[in-house]
Amino acid sequence: MIAETIIQVVTLLLIVLGGALAVWFKDLLSSIIALAGASLLVALEFYILQAPDVAIAEAGIGAALTMAIYVVALRRTRRKEKE
Amino acid sequence: MNNQMSVIVRTITRITYGLTIVFGFYVIMHGHLTPGGGFQGGAVVASAFALLLVAFGTAGLKGKLNHHLLQTLEEVGALAFLGLAFAGIGTAFFANLLANSGAVFGGAVPAGPNAGVLNSGGTLPFMNWAVGLKVMTGIASILIAMLIGLRKEAAE
Repeated sequence: MIAETIIQVVTLLLIVLGGALAVWFKDLLSSIIALAGASLLVALEFYILQAPDVAIAEAGIGAALTMAIYVVALRRTRRKEKE
Repeated sequence: MNNQMSVIVRTITRITYGLTIVFGFYVIMHGHLTPGGGFQGGAVVASAFALLLVAFGTAGLKGKLNHHLLQTLEEVGALAFLGLAFAGIGTAFFANLLANSGAVFGGAVPAGPNAGVLNSGGTLPFMNWAVGLKVMTGIASILIAMLIGLRKEAAE
């Protein structure tokens, strides 16, 4: 029970860290990868909370497809954020 | 126009896309037994397709697999789902005609705790396949439409 709580707290802190990194990075490709990492950790949190159905959907849509669409959109825009 | 990505991305894509597609079809096939179903499995298959499109670009499609064909397949999936729902209209909308009938997916489930019988569920597995077809072709057509628009814009 204690171990499960520690895993959940660490996962939630890493999700917040991933979201903060996605805002903080000036290189937008790094931002996309940080956002996908946060999404993958959300999927892990769903799995820990015993919702494997939602976890599969989150890993497929949130991590893979959103990242692919952002990478496609990034090719027609600037790679770096303006200072 | 060379719109491929680096050799690292292409090598990893060659290794993983087959496994991803097989796992997606497994999730659709076992939709009535295990977590997941048509939507989740279709999204997993479409993510393998997105990986291929982002890594290798649209040059490999050669215009044969365009988004018009994929939209047609998507509508086939939607109509198959509605047709299966209307097949039981004699009893009720979404009535399960094929359950326990002895046909395909019509096997009986033994009473008590068991590991799950794949040959059961009636019309539910067919509906999972219809939803899976709709989701995977729908998301793939979105990606192809975006990438083809990108290529036309770059050519101008």
